[in-house]
Amino acid sequence: MSLDFISIYSFFKGFLPSGMEWVAFAVAAGALAFLVINVLMLSTAVYTWFERRTLGRFQNRLGPNRWGPFGILQPIADLVKLITKEDTTPDEADRWVMTFAPLVLVVPTLIVAAVIPFGPDSFLGKLNIGILFVLGVTSVNTIAIFMAGWGSANKYAMLGAMRGVAMLVSYEVPMALGVVGVLILSGSLALFDIVEMQTIPFLLVQPLGFLIFVAAASAEMSRTPFDQIEAESELGSGYNTEYSGIKFAVLFLAEFMAPIITALVITTLFLGGTRGFDPIPGQVWFVLKTFAVIFALLWVRATWPRLRVDQIMGFAWKGLFALSLLNIFVVAVEVVILQDDAGGISASSLWIMAAINWVIMIVAIVATAKILGQRRLERPAPTPSPLANMYAEAD
Amino acid sequence: MYGLSLVKGLGVTMKNLVTPGRMFTVNQYPDRKVSIFGLAKINNQNPVSFTFKQPGEAFKALVGLASVPDRQYQHPRFRGEEFSWYENRCTGCASCAKYCPLGIIEIVTNPAKTDLQEGDKYFLEVFDIDIGRCMFCGLCVEACPYDALHMGSGFEEGRYRRADLVIDKARLVASPKRPSHWFRPQLADSQDYNPLEGDEADWREVHRHEKPTLTDQQHRWGQR
Repeated sequence: MSLDFISIYSFFKGFLPSGMEWVAFAVAAGALAFLVINVLMLSTAVYTWFERRTLGRFQNRLGPNRWGPFGILQPIADLVKLITKEDTTPDEADRWVMTFAPLVLVVPTLIVAAVIPFGPDSFLGKLNIGILFVLGVTSVNTIAIFMAGWGSANKYAMLGAMRGVAMLVSYEVPMALGVVGVLILSGSLALFDIVEMQTIPFLLVQPLGFLIFVAAASAEMSRTPFDQIEAESELGSGYNTEYSGIKFAVLFLAEFMAPIITALVITTLFLGGTRGFDPIPGQVWFVLKTFAVIFALLWVRATWPRLRVDQIMGFAWKGLFALSLLNIFVVAVEVVILQDDAGGISASSLWIMAAINWVIMIVAIVATAKILGQRRLERPAPTPSPLANMYAEAD
Repeated sequence: MYGLSLVKGLGVTMKNLVTPGRMFTVNQYPDRKVSIFGLAKINNQNPVSFTFKQPGEAFKALVGLASVPDRQYQHPRFRGEEFSWYENRCTGCASCAKYCPLGIIEIVTNPAKTDLQEGDKYFLEVFDIDIGRCMFCGLCVEACPYDALHMGSGFEEGRYRRADLVIDKARLVASPKRPSHWFRPQLADSQDYNPLEGDEADWREVHRHEKPTLTDQQHRWGQR
């Protein structure tokens, strides 16, 4: 019995009289949802340990190492601490909004897993508008972050949420436009068909789209270098300043689950998803590629500093937006020229496109850097203080 | 320019990750994890025989749960808590209380049963030091005319209430008589005395240097 909905459904339907199919449906759906949600939660717990430990090694320190071998039981200790802590709510807070914000943040993150193809025959839903679903559902975190900031009636939380909403809304645009190149190439909105089309990973075919999508996605999950929402050194902790106890745990669950989900989406869209060569099954390929993407995101997080607010917005609208429009234009022209009579694109055409796109990417990035880097920082010439020469005159 | 420095930065962090030698040497206070090799080396055995002799400890080390105490080197002149107080030397003169800049030493004496003509001393009813506010300047130790009070070496005195931070007479009596080297330079010369551990010191070993006599001074300075 393979792990997909149809086979579980038909397995349970065999035991039930006719007219009771809905029970089999409910059992199959519940079992799969239970499985996927728990796997995601557990992998998030392991990921928190992995992230903190690897981040420590990246930055020449140790990371959590006290509890269990190599500190691997640290997530359990964290969870116990967070659950047993007092769950406080400020007097001024909007209680319902503040309580529901973590749920609104974590549920869309989990739902994205519903349309991801984890393997050739293991998936939850074969949605024909999968990528639209992903883009739409992940946009909800904007509302959740604003709910958290508004509900907690704290000025730093509010500032973080306002910045966050501005940034998230801005980065929705290049994220969606960066995907359009993939859609043009594959000719379908379903993630399954996108995986099927990737005889060459789209990372090689359109590197510019990949870079745009990764940058926008890492802004969407608000991690360094785009973590304006919870800039610890500027805002206390941003939108989650007033949260404690289990609500804070759920907020951080969502926050640490976001890289995993983003890595799943990036793997599906750009790295060929479940495709690989044969002795290794597709599921293993998928996990390996996801891990590579997670590691790359972690590497970037460990290295680059946080951007300033105006730099972030400028990067989205002046840099990524223009580049994504260029990417769409180039890919569309190439597809029109290179497609065969049936409307498909052969592997050799994809290689030609890859060669052209790499050149275009390098030229475009250099040109963008030239244009955006033109403006020098204008500092006023320092005027000497009238007191500066006081002692010299006295002498 | 062109984001090349960003790539260079990625190279630096990756070098940190893959080169074990680049990690800072940090003391893992209060204890650090050891591997089975480290544990066997500490017990002066080779790992194989250690595994056969103490399989429980070896298994703990193998799964990464064994730890050994590890702390930073502490200088013997450290001015710490747990004042060493020689009760037989204390006369209850309360010089320490008078010299304390913060006024945190409280001394209550009962002169009623004391025959001062006989050279007897006051009976101390209360001797409280509020180390919650103490700044460890050591003026009380300098002020003590009979060398009864000395600085200790402890520093792990975290408490849940401020009232628990007050050292009373019973704790002073029970405190280990191992004064710090501070203000007692002759202790640094003796090889076998360690303020952090080992035998306690008699007051005769730890009292301050007596003032040189006039002949001593003439002998010493006259040669220059």
